[in-house]
This record gives sequence, structure tokens and C-alpha cells, in this order.
Amino acid sequence: MILQVNNVSKRFGGLQALSGVSFELPEGQIMGLIGPNGAGKTTTFNVINGVYPPDTGTVVFKGSDITGAKTYEIARQGLARTHQIVKPLNELTVRENVIVGACFGRQNLPLGQATDVANEVMEFVGLGKRADQLAGSLNVGQKKRLEMARALAARPYLLLLDEVLAGLNPSEITRMTEIVHKIREQGISIIMIEHVMQAVMSVSDFVLVLDFGKPIAYGTPTEVANDPKVIEAYLGDPKLAEQLSSHDPVS
Amino acid sequence: MSMLKNLRNPGLWLWMAIVLAVGLWPVITQRASTREEIFTVLLSVVLASSLNILLGYTGYVSFGHIVFFGLGGYVGLFLITAYGWSLWPAMLAGGISSAFLALLLGQAILRLRGAYFALATIGINEAMRAFINNFEPFGGPTGISLNFSVYNDYGGAANALWMLYGVMLALALLNILLSYVVKSSKFGLGLLAIREDEDAAEVMGVVTPRAKTWAYVLSAFLPGVVGVLFFFKNGNIEPPQAFRLHMSIEMLVMVMLGGYGTILGPVLGAAGYQRLRGLLLTSDLFKNIQLTVAGVLLLVIILFIPAGFVGWLRNRFPKLRRFLP
Ligand SMILES: Nc1ncnc2c1ncn2[C@@H]1O[C@H](COP(=O)(O)OP(=O)(O)OP(=O)(O)O)[C@@H](O)[C@H]1O
Ligand SMILES: [Mg+2]
Repeated sequence: MILQVNNVSKRFGGLQALSGVSFELPEGQIMGLIGPNGAGKTTTFNVINGVYPPDTGTVVFKGSDITGAKTYEIARQGLARTHQIVKPLNELTVRENVIVGACFGRQNLPLGQATDVANEVMEFVGLGKRADQLAGSLNVGQKKRLEMARALAARPYLLLLDEVLAGLNPSEITRMTEIVHKIREQGISIIMIEHVMQAVMSVSDFVLVLDFGKPIAYGTPTEVANDPKVIEAYLGDPKLAEQLSSHDPVS
Repeated sequence: MSMLKNLRNPGLWLWMAIVLAVGLWPVITQRASTREEIFTVLLSVVLASSLNILLGYTGYVSFGHIVFFGLGGYVGLFLITAYGWSLWPAMLAGGISSAFLALLLGQAILRLRGAYFALATIGINEAMRAFINNFEPFGGPTGISLNFSVYNDYGGAANALWMLYGVMLALALLNILLSYVVKSSKFGLGLLAIREDEDAAEVMGVVTPRAKTWAYVLSAFLPGVVGVLFFFKNGNIEPPQAFRLHMSIEMLVMVMLGGYGTILGPVLGAAGYQRLRGLLLTSDLFKNIQLTVAGVLLLVIILFIPAGFVGWLRNRFPKLRRFLP
């Protein structure tokens, strides 16, 4: 198991954002994390990578307990993530952004080697031509890819992707989905938060569904898509519910 | 490897040469008044460039940076008068004391972000002045005065002034080089990442408490060193002179005027600000409102050219970037 999350809870004031979330991720697999808005998906990531310590429960990464560790300690152990709300280092170039990921990530590379890694990763996500542009001048789709590139440059064992497809047009989505497949081929484990059902269902080995901070379903994409509790959770959002039931794992 | 490659930046050497040429001008002309003017500019270059490591690279606004200049001066003059140290080890000790103070303060206040950090730094300056005022080994409110005979070891007062000037020029050049080396290092990249988005930097693995502390320590060292040099030249040191809050603000103005986060910005900012100040000082009307002028200037810069002069040039003429480090 690359990651074990045991009975994690997190409260913000009067709001129980997570209650009793547990799951395990086997090495090299992709887990989809879905659920309606405000279900606690991003909070789950924040607890895993140390942005907030959980109120209860533990997080075990590659066999060591990282509950309550600092984000930078966890990053250096080989866990990288992207942000739902992108966080580009605006006044630095795209290349410099990606070098930061390579320099301070798992491999802790010196500048020279980090630059080589950055160049390679930028080509991989299709930002090669933008390398010398300031990160602040990228459009939304490019910023999402920049998040991805920075995380990959760290050469992580586990990658947390928070809605990398949101706000992208269909061709960008296809492209990004291909990138995710390629990352998986490199043996990197992935947890992917996504609202774009087709995509998450087609790339995930299994899916965890959260609703109001509680896990309500867990299984293969087909199992989850046909689970009445999941359909019900999405009832507030008929469009998503429809996407879910019309899901076709082949696409 | 990559560090040496980085040192091939043509802009760096061009501007080092320009600073050296300007610095040697009074030596060639042998004019004492020009020497004094340029001494002040070089001192400002050191203070502003040092502050830039914290303010420009790391994005932390320090309103109390002059405290490191004052403390360094005190420690140096104390060692010279009480223990008969010569100037060189005293300068080093002044720098180390200031760096050490930054290390201690850093543990306490670098956890604060944004405005809270800035507010805390104002407190430090005032607290330090009050403390030294009551600290007998440093002479309390009367401070420390040097005996005129100390200059005999340096060929007499007149020669000492030239020698001190030369040392200040060397320190200014050293500081420009240091700024450059820091900025083009991995450590410097971590600082820039913190400036742009501290949370994102942490998520990418930048050990922010350590990086910020080292930035603070580095930015305190040379102000401590030149503090000894300045007050040695001055002949005495007193609390109000050593810890002038308005000098802290002037340092900020110089960095912002020239362009924060660039190597050249603080250099041109220091020269530009001192030139302006020199003009204002000749007018009786402006003599008393220097600080007001500095404040208004700061406001105008932040509102209209937040990137500063060099930052503006770099944005306006991207092709010239190589020559505007
Ligand atoms: N730092 C915080 N302080 C207070 N409340 C928070 C904080 N972070 C998240 N929340 C709340 O916790 C709940 C879960 O938020 P979270 O961001 O995890 O949802 P999500 O599943 O990622 O939703 P979305 O699909 O909209 O991104 C929401 O109600 C949110 O308002
Ligand atoms: Mg979210």
C-alpha cells in the first residue's frame, strides 16, 4: 500500500468537513475521488499532504506515519499535489516554477539537474514553448498544466490531482487525460478529484465517493456508477447524475 | 557548475565595473567632498542591497532593518574601546552579532506573515533603542566615543578616511556579487518561491522556516559590518543615531525606487535617493520634511511603478534583461 488513510475526521468551526474517512491505495493504481460540491474532497487532500492536521485518524504514506507532518516534509518524502485553485508563482517564468518543483521535491536536485528535469517535464505536459514566459501570463488551461508539471518534476511516488480538468475545453480534457494515463505508465500512484465523470470513470481503477464528509461508496467505476446511494447523492445535480448513469467505461 | 555558468552574466560585470569606476572617481580627483558624498551612497547601497534579500527576494517587509546597522556599530566600537580590538575583527564581530540577532528574532517573528511581520519589526527597532539606552557597558544614553588616537594605527585621521572609503567600496561590490550569487542559487529560488506564494512553496517542499531564517540572517550581516565601519569613521555612537527609524524607511524607499528583487535596483535606488536627498537638504524648506518626502515617494512608487525603476525597464524592454540583472 502506498497510502493508508484511517478514520480521518476534520472539523472547521461548526462544520464537520470530514468524518471517518478511510481508504487504501495500492501502489501504481489510480483512485478517483468524487462527490458533490463541498463534500470534503479537497479537504481530504489537505489532510493527506499536511496543510491541516486531522482531528482524528492517521495517514500512513509508504509505511511511515505522516499524520500532522509539515507539508514540506511530506513533499520531500515523495508526495506531490496540484491545486484546484491554481497557485502559479506569477513573477517567475514557467521554467523557474517547474525547477522549484524539481529542486525541492523528492530528489532534492541541484539547480543544473533540476533544469534538465524541468525541461523534460515541460515538454511532457506541452508547456515547452512557454518555458520563458512569466507564469502569471498563462491562461487557465496552461496554469493547470503548470500545476501538473511542478508536481511531476518532484518525481513523486504519489500524485494528488485536484480537478485538473475543470475549466478545460474538450480537446484540452482529452489531452490532459492522456497525460494522466502516461503518468500512470511511469508507475506513479494517483488520486484524482474530478467532476468530469467520463474522464474520472475511464482512468480510475476504483472510485471513492464522499458526501457531506462521509464516504458513501467505494468500488470499481461500474459498481459506483450503479450504486443507488451515489445516484441519490448527486440528485441535487441532475446533470451529473445523468452523466454518471450514462457512463461508458470504454471511452 | 551552474553557479559558475551563472556568473557569466554580462550585466553583472558591467554594473560592477560602473560602480567601481564611480567609486574610484574621488580617488582620482582626490576630492574629499566627492568622497564623502559617494561614501554615503555606497553605505546606502550596502544597506539597501542587504534589505533586498529579505524584502525583494523573500517578500517580507522589514521596517526595522536599521537595528542591525546600529547593533553592529555598538558591538564593534565596544570591542575597539574596551578590548583594544583592531577595526577588522571588530567589523566581523559586528556583522556576526547582527546576524545572530536576526537568527534569534527570526525564530520568533518569521512565523508571522504579511503586515504582522512588518509591525513586529517596528517594535524591534524601538525596543533595541530603549534597551541600549539603559545598557551601561555600551555607555547608556551617552554611547561610546573613540579616542582620536585610534586613527594613528591607520596612518592618521586623514589617511584613515581614504582607507575607510576604499573598504566601503569593496564591501558594496561584495554585496552586489553576494546578491547575485544568492539570487541565482537554489536557495535564492526557494526565497523567490516564498515571495510569490508561501503556501505553494511549502507544498513543493521548500523548507520555509529555514529558508526565511537564512534570508534574514544574510540580510543582517553586512549592515552589521558597515555599522562598525560607519561609526568608527564617525568617532562615536549614541542610541538615537544608531537606531533611526527613518533610516529603516529610507532603506525601503531605495529598494522600492530602484526595483525590489533585482540586483541593480537597490544600487540605482540608493544612488537616486541620496541624490534627491542631497538636493532637498540644500533647501531650508525641505530640510525638515525629508521623511515626509520619503513617505510620499514610497507611496507614489507603490501606486504607479510598483516594480521600481529597474523592474519597469525590464518589463518595458525584455531584450535588455541580460544587462539589467
Ligand atoms: N479552511 C477552511 N475553513 C473553513 N471551512 C472550510 C475550509 N476548507 C474547507 N472548508 C469547508 O469544508 C467543506 C468541504 O470543502 P472542500 O473544499 O473539501 O470541498 P470539495 O469537495 O473539494 O468541494 P468542491 O467540489 O467544490 O471543490 C466546505 O463546506 C468548505 O466550505
Ligand atoms: Mg475541492
